[in-house]
Amino acid sequence: MSHTRRDMIIVDDLRVRFGSHDAVRGVSFRVPEGSSFGIVGESGSGKSTVMRALAGLNDLWDGYLEIAGMPLGRGKPPDFFRRVQMVFQDPYGSLHPRQTVDRALSEPLLVQGIGDIDRRIRQVLADVALPAAARFRYPHQLSGGQRQRVAIARALISEPSVLLLDEPTSALDVSVQAEILNLLADLREERKLTYLMVSHNLAVVAHLCPWVGVMSNGEMVEILSAEDLRAGRTRNPQTTRLRELSAELG
Amino acid sequence: MIGRLFDRAWLLSDSPQSRAQAAWGRRYRLWCDFRANKPALYGLATVIALLACAILAPLLATHDPVTQNLGQRLLPPSTQHWLGTDELGRDVYSRLLYGARVTLGMVLAVVVLVAPIGLAVGCVAGYYRGAADVILMRVTDVFLAFPRLILALAFVAAIQPGMTSAVIAIALTTWPPYARLARAETMTIRDADYIAAVRMTGASSGRIILRHIMPLCLGSLIVRVTLDMSAIIIFAASLGFLGMGAQPPSPEWGTMIATARRFLLDQWWVPLIPGIAILVASLAFNLLGDGLRDVLDPRQG
Amino acid sequence: MLVEISGLNISFPTPHGMHAAVRDVSMTLGTEKLGIVGESGSGKSLTARALLRLLPPAAVTRADTLRFDGIDVLSASEKQMGMIRGRRAGLILQDPKYSLNPIMTAGDQIAEAWRNRRKGSRRQAKEAAIDLLAQVQIRDPRRVADSYPHELSGGMGQRVMIAMMLAPDPELLIADEPTSALDASVQAEILKLMEDLVSRRNMGLMLISHDLPLVGHFCDRVAVMYAGRVVEELAAGELGQARHPYTRALLDCMPSLTHPRPRLPVMARDPAWLT
Ligand SMILES: Nc1ncnc2c1ncn2[C@@H]1O[C@H](COP(=O)(O)OP(=O)(O)OP(=O)(O)O)[C@@H](O)[C@H]1O
Ligand SMILES: Nc1ncnc2c1ncn2[C@@H]1O[C@H](COP(=O)(O)OP(=O)(O)OP(=O)(O)O)[C@@H](O)[C@H]1O
Ligand SMILES: [Mg+2]
Ligand SMILES: [Mg+2]
Repeated sequence: MSHTRRDMIIVDDLRVRFGSHDAVRGVSFRVPEGSSFGIVGESGSGKSTVMRALAGLNDLWDGYLEIAGMPLGRGKPPDFFRRVQMVFQDPYGSLHPRQTVDRALSEPLLVQGIGDIDRRIRQVLADVALPAAARFRYPHQLSGGQRQRVAIARALISEPSVLLLDEPTSALDVSVQAEILNLLADLREERKLTYLMVSHNLAVVAHLCPWVGVMSNGEMVEILSAEDLRAGRTRNPQTTRLRELSAELG
Repeated sequence: MIGRLFDRAWLLSDSPQSRAQAAWGRRYRLWCDFRANKPALYGLATVIALLACAILAPLLATHDPVTQNLGQRLLPPSTQHWLGTDELGRDVYSRLLYGARVTLGMVLAVVVLVAPIGLAVGCVAGYYRGAADVILMRVTDVFLAFPRLILALAFVAAIQPGMTSAVIAIALTTWPPYARLARAETMTIRDADYIAAVRMTGASSGRIILRHIMPLCLGSLIVRVTLDMSAIIIFAASLGFLGMGAQPPSPEWGTMIATARRFLLDQWWVPLIPGIAILVASLAFNLLGDGLRDVLDPRQG
Repeated sequence: MLVEISGLNISFPTPHGMHAAVRDVSMTLGTEKLGIVGESGSGKSLTARALLRLLPPAAVTRADTLRFDGIDVLSASEKQMGMIRGRRAGLILQDPKYSLNPIMTAGDQIAEAWRNRRKGSRRQAKEAAIDLLAQVQIRDPRRVADSYPHELSGGMGQRVMIAMMLAPDPELLIADEPTSALDASVQAEILKLMEDLVSRRNMGLMLISHDLPLVGHFCDRVAVMYAGRVVEELAAGELGQARHPYTRALLDCMPSLTHPRPRLPVMARDPAWLT
């Protein structure tokens, strides 16, 4: 990986335990500024757990985590959440059932004391290709894909520098997925955003991320470049199997 | 702006132009939903009528509620005394009106005290878990474990018998179930991703509890509170009966029944009339609460 | 025919009259695998829910025929529907973790579904639940059986839901994006499991997904929905020769592992598709 750019995300020997179950055991990787790192791996291998630790949503971890130049500890610097945002895996569970889209989008701005709320909401809704009519709807009035776009809009609205994306497009149909992936690529260009993206779809990860880490059973068994993944230059049997199955369907 | 509030099309616009328009539209829609629920509407009308009676008691009353006239004891309803007189010859109709002030006032005071306390304790315990939860819930258990009436009596006796202490005593013994209810709801909500998403905005725990968790617990709490209204009225009456609540001669519905119960067989209207008043008030609050719960849950529609 | 739908319309009241979310949808399903693909918000989930009468209360449903195994779903009694739901027909919902009971362990929920149809002791049900979890490729089924929904990963929640729906041995399985959170290898195993049920136990399967290649690979027939209508229905093998521009554009939008493109083509939606 390049050494000229600063590392926006540093994960060093991260371990997470839930009771007697080791969900993550010794994961390390780095993501330079303006780049993207993808995590793939079987279900339950600890991908979301890594994300939640980085997002500061779980304090029960060991190791060293640094994000946007801020080492993570028990307390978080005040502008942590302005610089780091996350899109959750499940679009049904990640929107408050009693709050309209407008309320969900204005909340980060209110908390962070960012002004010009009205214009920003309009803009971000347009960015994620949601109709203006959706603004004052409740989540239960939206389909799964529309909800996920609201979740992405909420993460984008406070203009973070690091985005943690947990399966951002798995609830979307391919046409919307294409729009979102293009949007994410454009934003990365414009705003020098850094992404950490989890997906089970190798094609999606390889499209957006130059580097990919493969997780299995709580460990990162291989880190390889997207080109290597595409060309099938894999070393770990786990990766090889995932790649074969994806290539068969894709 | 004000004029627009009467413009249906503006209120119901599918793509509101501003947040104010959306908010008013939402309120209007809530009102439409509520209006469609006939029983709730009757409940609301009755509650408003009762409150109006209480406020306008001096205008509506035909007699002074405390003046005794021993020559006119226990009269049946007549044109002179619309609802008859009680054992001290006081006009029951007028006492009922003034009693509404005392009784409804006490009930509302209790609710205003109890609901926020129960909600706050429950939500905080459920949200923080751990030590806060253990401590708060043990305190709740202690209050739950005591027989209600004895606890209230002890409390009132310790300070001074009277309305204020009765209200505090009732509040003291009624909040624990609300705290338990709110805690149970909070426990199922707090691990949801949407709360994690709010935490990702950097919101403080206080803001999360207040603005994101409490509104979700409110629905079941409202129903529970309105169901408890009649129990609160009766409880206030028992305190009054034991001389620990509203002090005579101040008219209070529960005390009116209690003192008149000796006449249940011969002059049955004397205890019956305040009884009907309590029934009507409880029913009205109940219907209203049910309607509010339905309307406040947007997933219903 | 296990399922017959014709002329299905679902609309929601809005202040400006009715908003039609599903318009004039017709399809039939025997003991086969029918795939439904389509744009987000095109009414796929609503169609599936209508079949079990599980629509939101505000929805207004009209249909010429809406039958499950000869039973008219629109006029069936609540008791009859109760017999169908969760016993004869299973619905794997799109929002697994949200649909699971948050205060009951995964194992208990599956065991309860199992006991719905079969007589058996609590212990048997629990063993059956663990066995089902193993069948859906959960690594340590015993731990997961004792976990609450918020302790599960996204894909595990999805598989718990699948196990729950398979537990009563249904005749019809409606799977709404059942594998959207699963990696390719688990996905393949689960599809194999469903395939097996279809051929061995004569189950009908309605698979809702936006993964076109997957549906093409796995199903017998594919219906493509757009803005509340079925715009095209074809045999799975003919997906490559799809005629409707929407279907063709869908195939084009996919990122590909082996043929990378710097930018994905986006779909230009033609208003004419709406009519
Ligand atoms: N709060 C929790 N309590 C206990 N165990 C948990 C908790 N959260 C996650 N786990 C466990 O940690 C493991 C990893 O979960 P994680 O959500 O990170 O998986 P994942 O890789 O994201 O999988 P998926 O692709 O299915 O979403 C799982 O075995 C899960 O059961
Ligand atoms: N309760 C409701 N009130 C109003 N509109 C609704 C309601 N439920 C769904 N809709 C609308 O109906 C349309 C179809 O929704 P449906 O959930 O069937 O979409 P879908 O095809 O399953 O999409 P996805 O792939 O994103 O899940 C959407 O436009 C949605 O906004
Ligand atoms: Mg996950
Ligand atoms: Mg859907």
